[in-house]
Amino acid sequence: MRRKTFWKFVGPSVALMLFFIAAPLVAVLWQSFFLSVPVVQSVEVETCSPGFPSQTCVTELKSRPVLDENGRPVTNTAFVGLQLYNAVVQPETVWQALKTGDYEAILRIDFWRALRFTLTFTFVTLPLVLSIGLAIALAVNNAAPKVRGPVIFVSLLPYIITPVIGGISIYWLFVGDGIATRLIEAVIDRNIAVMTMGWAVEALMMFYRVWHVAPFAFVIFYAGLQGVNRDTLESAMIDGASRFERLRYVIIPHLMPLIIFVTLIHLMDSYRVFEEVVAFNAQSQRISLQWLTYDFLQPDDSGNRSIGRASASSILTMIGIVIILFPVLRRTWRDHKS
Amino acid sequence: MLKTITVAFALSLMAGGSALAACAYENKVPIKAITSAFPAYEVIAAKMKECGNVQVELDQEVRTKSAPALAANPALYHISSVHNGTIVPLINEDTIRPLDDLVAKFGQDLNPNQLIKIDGKIVAIAFMVNMQHLMYRKDIFDDLGLEVPATYDDLLAVAEKIKAAGIVDYPLGATFKADWNIGIDFVNLFVGYGGEFVNADNTPAINSEAGLKTLEMMKKLAEYMDPEYLVADATFVQQQFQQKKIAMSNFWASRAAKMDDAAESQVVGLIGTAAAPAAVAGGIPAVMFSWDGFAIAKNISDEEAEAAFRVALEGGDQEMVEENNDLAIWLINGYKPGEMAKGAIDTMQKGAKPNPSTTWRGLITDAIEKNVVEYMTGKKTAEQTLEAIEAGYTTSAREAGLL
Repeated sequence: MRRKTFWKFVGPSVALMLFFIAAPLVAVLWQSFFLSVPVVQSVEVETCSPGFPSQTCVTELKSRPVLDENGRPVTNTAFVGLQLYNAVVQPETVWQALKTGDYEAILRIDFWRALRFTLTFTFVTLPLVLSIGLAIALAVNNAAPKVRGPVIFVSLLPYIITPVIGGISIYWLFVGDGIATRLIEAVIDRNIAVMTMGWAVEALMMFYRVWHVAPFAFVIFYAGLQGVNRDTLESAMIDGASRFERLRYVIIPHLMPLIIFVTLIHLMDSYRVFEEVVAFNAQSQRISLQWLTYDFLQPDDSGNRSIGRASASSILTMIGIVIILFPVLRRTWRDHKS
Repeated sequence: MLKTITVAFALSLMAGGSALAACAYENKVPIKAITSAFPAYEVIAAKMKECGNVQVELDQEVRTKSAPALAANPALYHISSVHNGTIVPLINEDTIRPLDDLVAKFGQDLNPNQLIKIDGKIVAIAFMVNMQHLMYRKDIFDDLGLEVPATYDDLLAVAEKIKAAGIVDYPLGATFKADWNIGIDFVNLFVGYGGEFVNADNTPAINSEAGLKTLEMMKKLAEYMDPEYLVADATFVQQQFQQKKIAMSNFWASRAAKMDDAAESQVVGLIGTAAAPAAVAGGIPAVMFSWDGFAIAKNISDEEAEAAFRVALEGGDQEMVEENNDLAIWLINGYKPGEMAKGAIDTMQKGAKPNPSTTWRGLITDAIEKNVVEYMTGKKTAEQTLEAIEAGYTTSAREAGLL
């Protein structure tokens, strides 16, 4: 392709990416180092509100932002260095905890609590998604052609359902007197409350993610299986390779690029876990990094929100994704070069 | 084809005509409003629309939307529903209009109690008040010969007796959901124990005797609840009542009407109300009440402001109250407090305080919510919780310029 033609095709998409992805990213980075603080004054205010039988009025000192001539709050924006990152990560508290050996104190900080859960979530679901996806693909590949269509359709269903909806329906099975809880209660013959147990909520969220994403891995692997070299397989059989050995030495090496692809996508997606926390109402037990950012962004009743800390937390999330993707990307790069 | 269109047009005119009939006048200026989405506002919105040219968005997230929408020029809505908390950013950013001239012109039927005044200027019109107060199963209390508890210690004793009798699944319900819900329960008790949230210079003061007592009481109360209380929002507790799973709760007055809704409730006529219990014997009820009403945007023309004000008044007029008397604790003239309103009125008469409309309030409630949840799940001790609330508040108060 000529260079000019190449840019004609790629140009628009690069421009859009610069505008809609790169520019906001720079803005977020900027916001995480600069803090806008409204200028506030103390004023005495009389407030009258309803009472029975008649109104009550109170006079008290209140902090009010100073407004400029256009009626907009006056703010001071200043470079604050790593102050916002410090507020999220709280390194002094962590250092203290490490010195005194009180490791639980670290998990009492939202960021570290979220990081702990996010990492566990990512690395527990990854092998499960890969192995279950591969297992379904192999099963479908070996199934009679007649049942293949329906089996593929059924296996894909969990992936089609919107994550929040799917999550809520599993949540309902277990919350309070849900059907699943009732069944477990009938078996073990005592009352249980699933949502009060942090580990159970965590396990349910992981179960849901695996159930939801395994079909994606399945589809990719199933497509890959169609390209396995028949001759190699047959010669392996003649050499006396067992079913497992054929899988280990012929099929998996053939699927390796796809396995790496699914791994990349899954690492990125699950490091940004969010829907599960919302659907399972899990914030009292477990929070994720993405949820933390969202929480900083939510305004409270008086309209305050911490954009700065939200930006810092999302930059940290991005750095985290780069770190966990690094080994996989390096491997791909090396394979590519050799 | 033409005929169908003509007929449709005629029908729509008739429909429009009959709808207009309920409004005292015909509104000519297009008006947009955003309000909360609970039942009382549904009724008010319907009434406002009857005046014609009115568009109302009922939105659960009005608290996060109204401030930026009214700050725009021209404002995106003419009318926004407000309460003690949500009026703070509107006042701070000066985006709502003083209403004194409009009240003088159109507000003859308003009850003086409805006028929310800040610095002598009327800034909002309240329709109703809302708060949590005691709701209990009259039949269970009669059967067991129990007294309605006046303090939280009495409440624990009563809960113990109900638990021993084994009539319901759990003696107690509470809106302890791990978000703003549980924050309100903390705030209520904290005020009941005489706590102060911040000092005069906006530094936190929550790490106090009152704070410790509040947390202790919350743990004690939780022992009598459904163990999954951290997912219990108002609808959850309402259903616990309706399905006879709990015997009492310090619960929202705005939900009282639902208890007697035969379509969904098994406890019609069985629920009694009383003042919110006090935290200390002889003290004020451990609860803060809110008013809920409307404000008019500043960044609109005088003509629009006048039309918006009239429409909003039509929404909350005496006729509306007469038709929906038990839907809320109305402040509007013509309201006849029913059986279910007893608890709310008692609570106010015993000296319950209104929620403060201040900037620090939102910040500290936010810090309270998060940390109290971790106290309830056992991740933090009471001392650690109070320290963490102060630390969280201090960080966000610095960012908000309060410190």
